[in-house]
Amino acid sequence: MNAATPTVIAIHNARVVPVSGPALARGTVIVRNGLIEAVGADIRVPADAWVIEGDGLTVYPGMIDALSTFGIPDAAPVTTGGGGRGGGGGEQAVTQPIAPPPATTLPARGPEDRPSTTSWLKAADLVKLTDRRLDAARAEGFTTAVTFPPRGIFAGQGAVVDLAGETSGDMVVADSAGQLVTFATAGGFGGGFPNSLMGVMAYIRQVYLDAEHYRDAKQFYAAHPRGVQRPEYDRALEGVLASPRVLFPATRRIDVDRLLRFANELHLKAVLYGLPEGYRSADLLKKADATVLVSLRWPEKARDSDPDEMDNMRALEVRDRAPSTPAVLAKNGVKFALYSGGIDRRADLFRAVKKAIDAGLASEDAVRAMTLTPAEIYGVEDRLGSIEKGKIANLLVTKGDLFQDRTEVKYVFVDGVKFEPVEEPPATGRSGATEATPPTSEVPRGENQ
Amino acid sequence: MKPFLVTCAFAASMLAAPPIVIQNATVLTVTKGTFTGSILIRDGKIVEAGEKILVPADAKIIDATGQFAMPGIIDCHSHIAADSINEGSVSVSSMVGIEDVLNPEDIAIYRALAGGVTVANVLHGSANSIGGKCTVIKLRWGKDAHDMIFEGSMPGIKFALGENPKRAGNPSGQRIGAGNVPPRYPATRMGVEDVIRQAFTDAKAYQQSWKEYNEKVAAGEQALPPRRDLKLEPLVEVLEGKRLVHSHCYRADEILMLLRVADDFGFKIRTLQHVLEGYKVAKEIAAHGAGASTFSDWWSYKVEAYDAIPFNAAIMTRKGVIVSLNSDSAELMRHLNDEAAKTMKYGGLDETEALSLITINPARQLMLDKRVGSIEPGKDADITIFDKHPLSNFAKVEKVFVDGQLYFDRNNDLAERAAREVEKKKMTDKEKEQQRRTAPGAQRRPAA
Repeated sequence: MNAATPTVIAIHNARVVPVSGPALARGTVIVRNGLIEAVGADIRVPADAWVIEGDGLTVYPGMIDALSTFGIPDAAPVTTGGGGRGGGGGEQAVTQPIAPPPATTLPARGPEDRPSTTSWLKAADLVKLTDRRLDAARAEGFTTAVTFPPRGIFAGQGAVVDLAGETSGDMVVADSAGQLVTFATAGGFGGGFPNSLMGVMAYIRQVYLDAEHYRDAKQFYAAHPRGVQRPEYDRALEGVLASPRVLFPATRRIDVDRLLRFANELHLKAVLYGLPEGYRSADLLKKADATVLVSLRWPEKARDSDPDEMDNMRALEVRDRAPSTPAVLAKNGVKFALYSGGIDRRADLFRAVKKAIDAGLASEDAVRAMTLTPAEIYGVEDRLGSIEKGKIANLLVTKGDLFQDRTEVKYVFVDGVKFEPVEEPPATGRSGATEATPPTSEVPRGENQ
Repeated sequence: MKPFLVTCAFAASMLAAPPIVIQNATVLTVTKGTFTGSILIRDGKIVEAGEKILVPADAKIIDATGQFAMPGIIDCHSHIAADSINEGSVSVSSMVGIEDVLNPEDIAIYRALAGGVTVANVLHGSANSIGGKCTVIKLRWGKDAHDMIFEGSMPGIKFALGENPKRAGNPSGQRIGAGNVPPRYPATRMGVEDVIRQAFTDAKAYQQSWKEYNEKVAAGEQALPPRRDLKLEPLVEVLEGKRLVHSHCYRADEILMLLRVADDFGFKIRTLQHVLEGYKVAKEIAAHGAGASTFSDWWSYKVEAYDAIPFNAAIMTRKGVIVSLNSDSAELMRHLNDEAAKTMKYGGLDETEALSLITINPARQLMLDKRVGSIEPGKDADITIFDKHPLSNFAKVEKVFVDGQLYFDRNNDLAERAAREVEKKKMTDKEKEQQRRTAPGAQRRPAA
């Protein structure tokens, strides 16, 4: 921490929404050395605290972007590929912009070449404070992201990172959040194995079988090193074995069905992401006791689409009803978190959440799906996700209720360090990276500055 | 205890659907002759079929006066209902399988039902000498992927010979080394044979490694199991007779080549697919015990398809080959009955023989003839009702039953269309309105 940083801050007499418990109409939150020292209605403000008068303000836990590339410079946001051949409902599938890793120059001739696999990459090693999207992310109200290397089939291991710090290492809250799997193919015939969805499925299956065999072989060798050939070190399988959970993309109901079965077959702890058809997959998810991450980038008709092109009923229905997914999941008791899907403007993000609320999601469930629930999904609920004594002081202070049109993000606190949101960058279309954000000082400004 | 029993009895009565009787139809059983009479269906099975049958009091009656009931059509070569078909990157792609990518919402399923098809062998594409694993499905439209799979069906695998697997060494059809498309072995028919032989040589070694491991374990030795190889496992299943080989082929020479390779390695080719020159080597095909699944009169679409004749199915039938007609196309799949009828003109098959090509024969080829392919007591109630004789090209499908459940009804379909149009218009209008409201600059525009 910078010496100029106030280490004790009191947000006094604000409305406090701790998420882990009932909201306090008037409460005080004390932050000391990056942690929440106290929260409650009758908390005495310590003598050494900088005081923020909380009249008219609401304090939420900082929002967590549950599937993101924030912090990894030049990374495109994660999208759900899939779809492909066949009619049905695949037409709104987002095309996969992710190229295979450039390391392989020759196309893979089979699974043994470990195509499109960088399972050993750790987001914890890749995050940088210099990612210019961090300012925009904090301006949206995110204090934390679960960030993943996004390229390839086994893309790499995610990390739970705070979106500020003195050094890049400061950002990392948990360094092993899980393995991100995308269904990126090498692209067309001639690009090497696999070039089809079923090839990707077969490849993933072979990798998990290989990982199991590798683990057994290492154990066998450790027990009898004499007279046994040692197993060859395989960083791809090491990376797979080091991941406590796997994230699979699921666009359509059939993807949900397929991947829940797949995870079950391979004994994987899987989290599905994407889920625009989640509103019609709740029965499957409930039965499997599944956990999902729902993208807030709701499917839309492309503005420049051919006006004469006829959409089928399924495509129309999905565009109409995708935002009802969180409400339907909540009603069915399916555990879900919401993630930005690369939306990098506060107004767009809030509007997307508002759509889900208008489609029946309770506001407090929306807040939870962006705070405590993602923390639980990634196993960091003991340190993040709610305003409780001892947890990391990641806070979001607003004027007005979250996700309303006119709500202002006044401050965010990351590890107890206060930020005032910068002006919103101009819209950058659907790309995740923003160019126009001016870099701002990491040192928080005093409140009257 | 008593309330529990009552609940059970109640639940059971809810589950058991009432029996169905299709009455006054011309019943083309395919295996047991043709008559005008009735079919009794209970619990998804055909219980009785005859001119006079006892109608249960609780039966749901379907009057088919003037209509024709035949076994549901079976397509031995289809590519519907899957999200991907070809893993074309490698010459041996036996690690992939259609079951992983079944898509029960492919509209082609419903359209095939509307053409009277109830069972389809969904095959991997033909880009590889040894392709992916295949899955037989029942067209239970509306069910999830897993429930479409024909339970108890033998698993299959696709092979392919000739132009497709050797096409300039890469399935994109471009010249070898053109652009950034690397060449892929094989580039000749000789190479195709070599790829198959090498794959089975590898499979035998793999089979042996597991045998040795199992022997060690049985002897009480500590041993590490071999690495599981998803590419070779299906080939071991072929060697052990647990997986059916369906091989795409055209020319007589390559057909004989494949039969020899199979004989050398001790496995069987279950069906030859397309097999347009099968008439030249029908005796050899029959001697191997392979079935043949061909087209009626589709040829000259590539060099290896020039020697095709529309008499192919009939000639092979007369030489003792079990022959079926397949679609290989979501469109052709909707009128396989027309395709069957052509064999009466070209080759002189009789009505029953012609119908066998799309019913009991493909069922035999898929080893499902105990379950489907004819109207016989004990078989699955997969029944298609046509308004005219199915071998007339004026015939239309009226109703299709799979497992005794109605999955297509022409009248229902026609009746629902208007309502669907209204619903669709409502949704498009709603979206247009939303787009208009949220268009960039919409707020700034002065109210008109």
